[in-house]
Amino acid sequence: MDELIARYQLRRAGARPGVVDYTRELWGRRHFILAFSTANNAVGYSASFLGQAWQLLTPLLNAGVYYLIFGVLLHTKRGVHNYVAFLVIGIFIFTFTQSSLIGGARAISSNVGLTRVLHFPRAVLPVSSTLVALQRLVYSMIIMLPIVLVTGERPRWQWLLLLPAIALQSMFCLGLAFIIARIGAKVPDTSQLLPFLIRTWLYISGVFYSIHTFAADHGHWVKVVLEVNPGAVYVELVRAALIEGPRGQHLWWLAVGWAIAVLAAGYLFFWQAEEQYGRV
Amino acid sequence: MSDAVSEASKDAEPTVVVDDVHLVYRITGRHASAGAPAALKRLVQRQPPPGMREVHAVRGVSLIARRGEAIGLIGPNGSGKSTLLRAIAGLMTPESGAIYTQGQPSLLGVAAALMNDMTGERNVVLGCLAMGMTPEEVKQHYDAICDFAGIGEFISLPMKTYSSGMAARLRFAIAAAKSHEVLLIDEALATGDAEFRRRSEARIRELREAAGTVFLVSHGLGVVRETCGRAIWLEQGRIVADGEADAVVGAYEARHDPQAVEERLAAAAAGGKLWSAADEPSSA
Repeated sequence: MDELIARYQLRRAGARPGVVDYTRELWGRRHFILAFSTANNAVGYSASFLGQAWQLLTPLLNAGVYYLIFGVLLHTKRGVHNYVAFLVIGIFIFTFTQSSLIGGARAISSNVGLTRVLHFPRAVLPVSSTLVALQRLVYSMIIMLPIVLVTGERPRWQWLLLLPAIALQSMFCLGLAFIIARIGAKVPDTSQLLPFLIRTWLYISGVFYSIHTFAADHGHWVKVVLEVNPGAVYVELVRAALIEGPRGQHLWWLAVGWAIAVLAAGYLFFWQAEEQYGRV
Repeated sequence: MSDAVSEASKDAEPTVVVDDVHLVYRITGRHASAGAPAALKRLVQRQPPPGMREVHAVRGVSLIARRGEAIGLIGPNGSGKSTLLRAIAGLMTPESGAIYTQGQPSLLGVAAALMNDMTGERNVVLGCLAMGMTPEEVKQHYDAICDFAGIGEFISLPMKTYSSGMAARLRFAIAAAKSHEVLLIDEALATGDAEFRRRSEARIRELREAAGTVFLVSHGLGVVRETCGRAIWLEQGRIVADGEADAVVGAYEARHDPQAVEERLAAAAAGGKLWSAADEPSSA
């Protein structure tokens, strides 16, 4: 039988291709990825009366709720210049990371129907779930930028740094989505556990308060750990671009490092289990 | 007619080689007993969750399919036919043994769940893109697919509003838009009205001529006899018989549906045609 297989150059069914071929196959499905994520994004709100208006209403209401709690009721704004812009940027940027994780965890399981019938590189699924999250971020920017302007910031050339900052964060989020997608496909309980992890991460990422001011009361290593945390890095990067004030240069190095490391590790981690995603 | 094809291809090159394959489903079921406290106790004592069950669907199947063959897979419900097709399509990894194929086989089945919240139009585009077509190819095929499905203005409504027959028509139309080296057809003809069935059988014949090898899972034994040269009889995940379609189907029918044999003999004696549309098995 081995001789037969060799003579006619048969391929093992469902065999995982090498990384390079896999990437090429993935690139070949780029049109599918785009169409699939756009369609998924539209479907998310199709059952409501206001429909696509929720793309804008959701971030607006989020910003309102958090401002009420942390700005008005708890007075967290201690030591922060332009707290409203600070808060809104923090929430929207962190929400991108959060929804990439949640989308990634469900990427395989919510598309079991597709994986049962069609053969395509499964990496398509986490990539599209991350694109859905990115599209939502772009919508929330439409709310975010006017808020930043209204609260007293002036447009400056540094605002352009928003683009590379989001690009780096997208790479980081995609890597996260790959990792959590593989775990989520194997352990169905991931979706139950994930919200708690994300909430913890949200609270230590300096979204509602300034890490700088907070860490002043604690030891040096607390400050280092809080600042190296990628959740905080990307938030701080966007704040540095949009809000005036002094920021450290090391932020960019951290952002680039996290983006490349997590994306590469996540992609390889996901690719390794390619053959197992079909089995449900 | 297909007998001639399969006879000519006795020494043709193999397109699918299945080597002692076992297929197992792992299912995380509902934890029926005793609720959360018991589940936590199990977790602490490191017992496997009782909800995790294994279903050994295919137990040691070996076969070689050659270019130009049309092979019917028959057997009662739950005998592992569809599972075997999924594995040949590369959508499921064997527990042990291996499957080798030429090119990328394509599975055409009724279980093809598309995106229910989206309109038929969007499903056509997404389905074609997922099969690896370029946007230009999708544009070329789009009208033909809609015509073939023949569901009229429903095409612009979400798929969850479709009847099961309409959904099946659209799925079949999408999947059959492309021709493939190895084509795996899973009960694709079971739904749909008589007119659509006739059209889809014609389409399958076309696809078979373009394809190297066709596997057909069907409970319609008449369809297997008519379109396949070779048949494989599966029972509880094992091959019972593998050979010329008429002989295998005959043996299967004698075992599972003796009544149909009698009726057929009576009909033949009465000078009626050998196979009628009512030739459905009652293998449950």
